[in-house]
Amino acid sequence: MSLLAAQGICKAFGGIRALDTCSISVEEGSITGLIGPNGSGKTTMFNVITGYERSDSGQVMFQGQNITNASPAKIFRLGIGRTFQLTRIFPRMTVMENMHVAVQRNDLKGLLSRWSMSHEQQRALELLDFVGLAKLKDDLAGTLSFGQKKLLEFACILIAEPKVILLDEPAGGVNPTMVNYLAERIRTLNQRGITFLVVEHNMEFVMSLCSKVMVMHRGTRIAEGTPAEVRSNPAVLEAYLGD
Amino acid sequence: MRILKPLWLLLLLAVALVFPLLFPNPTVTTMMIFALLFAAIATGWNIISGYTGYVALGHTAFFGIGAYALALMCQDWHIPGGYEPFYLIPVAGLVVLPISAFFGWIALRVRRHTFIVITIAMFFVVQLLAYNLRFITNGSTGLSLPLPTDWSGDFYNIPFYYVTLLLLLISLAVSWWIRNSKFGLGLLAIRDDEDRAMGLGVRTNASKLAAFIISAVIVGMAGAIWAYFVESIYPASTFDPNFDVAMALMAFLGGLGTLSGPVLGALIVELAQQYFTIQYGQNGYYLIVYGALFLIVIIFMPRGIIPTARDLWRKYRVARSQQVIEVNLATTPAASKGASTDTEKKEGINL
Repeated sequence: MSLLAAQGICKAFGGIRALDTCSISVEEGSITGLIGPNGSGKTTMFNVITGYERSDSGQVMFQGQNITNASPAKIFRLGIGRTFQLTRIFPRMTVMENMHVAVQRNDLKGLLSRWSMSHEQQRALELLDFVGLAKLKDDLAGTLSFGQKKLLEFACILIAEPKVILLDEPAGGVNPTMVNYLAERIRTLNQRGITFLVVEHNMEFVMSLCSKVMVMHRGTRIAEGTPAEVRSNPAVLEAYLGD
Repeated sequence: MRILKPLWLLLLLAVALVFPLLFPNPTVTTMMIFALLFAAIATGWNIISGYTGYVALGHTAFFGIGAYALALMCQDWHIPGGYEPFYLIPVAGLVVLPISAFFGWIALRVRRHTFIVITIAMFFVVQLLAYNLRFITNGSTGLSLPLPTDWSGDFYNIPFYYVTLLLLLISLAVSWWIRNSKFGLGLLAIRDDEDRAMGLGVRTNASKLAAFIISAVIVGMAGAIWAYFVESIYPASTFDPNFDVAMALMAFLGGLGTLSGPVLGALIVELAQQYFTIQYGQNGYYLIVYGALFLIVIIFMPRGIIPTARDLWRKYRVARSQQVIEVNLATTPAASKGASTDTEKKEGINL
């Protein structure tokens, strides 16, 4: 059984069917790629899985639990972290403060405890060091470069120790050195047991990183398999080059 | 620097404590009472509007409710003038609590501009009620508070001064505590990206409402002190829309979302206003000054005095430390070589 599975998801915006009975699944411990031409519904699929958008029909299962249309907060708590195509960090807070937003406390403890306990501070520093931002910890997040913001967003998710991370175009608009750095970080985390689902247009990145690739076109999945299989699939070639 | 900061704060506190002894002139202490009162109000207002970015322009409603609550309690329970009404100030705060919870619950369902408009509307609803619920508020005739007849003219202001100072210190402590709590971190996250904060598990609705109530209660207690100080309250003077603008202006001027900004802004604006009123009478010259101040702030330091000053100070220090490094480079070439390779190594990957 797969760790995360979306079955028969439909989502329409007015007359446009962004997702048309689309199913995807992610095996535990894998790095799965999700590719497709612009407007094929990849980000919408992410939004439906993580609760940022309600699906019209279909269901999302995570570890055998039905999480269809649950709130983003609940889905995040269950262990699905995500990043955004246009990074969403908190620009007027410091890098360190950003790291602590995802660490929540229950009930009144939030009101009565300091924003950062020493062990949390330690953990946050380790993760910032892991993505190479440790020495910028006191800078305002808004002053970081685009690539650094992506890394910060990534680290922010990691502190909540998610089981699966959905990355929406992690390599988009980022220089090649950084892309390789990011790929290497993803591999390291994957070896530590975190599952990844990656939407990406950079084919080299996807093909080198992912064990399995799914291809979407016009709101449905048209192919899946190893990177080599997908690359030679005529339906995929047509989706990218045809019309 | 680490040791200097608390020393400075202690010095400021000491000055605030002995101020009425050094300047016993009632005109001066009256000015200071108003300045401290507005400092407390702006600090309270900053807890919702500065930290979460939800600019509320209706907090005068809570100011007025606090004022009327104290007046009605004194009237109905036949409280004599003296120290007793001061003990009822927290009770006036408690009266504001459920009312602000109700208003906050409604207003916080919407965001940004709509929120501002709703809070303004709520203010006018409360103002209308104050005019028209005559059996409670006595309409435009207003209410009187007990007069502390035992207090001589020289002494009269002293208790008000210290009670106001106490409220300011409490609201500063609350604001500081929130800024350093997990709850406060969530509020700042809401200011920057509310949906994302929610997605990361911040309880945005509960946090916003809590911040709204806390700020309203502080403003309500300030209203109660004000009512007792001015002795008689009317809907027109108590529910004055200028107050709404004033508290926002003070926080903006000093620095929205900072701890000391609203206090600094309140001291500047309120003292300037009092000075103008005394110098030129009640002809509203201060409104022109308000406008001019607002323009200056928006043009030259859109984030307020404190953040701008902090930036300048940081730049100055960086510039100075670079000068020191340059001097070192010039004198010890061997050491400088070591330093430069060191920074290269630390740079890690270029982003």
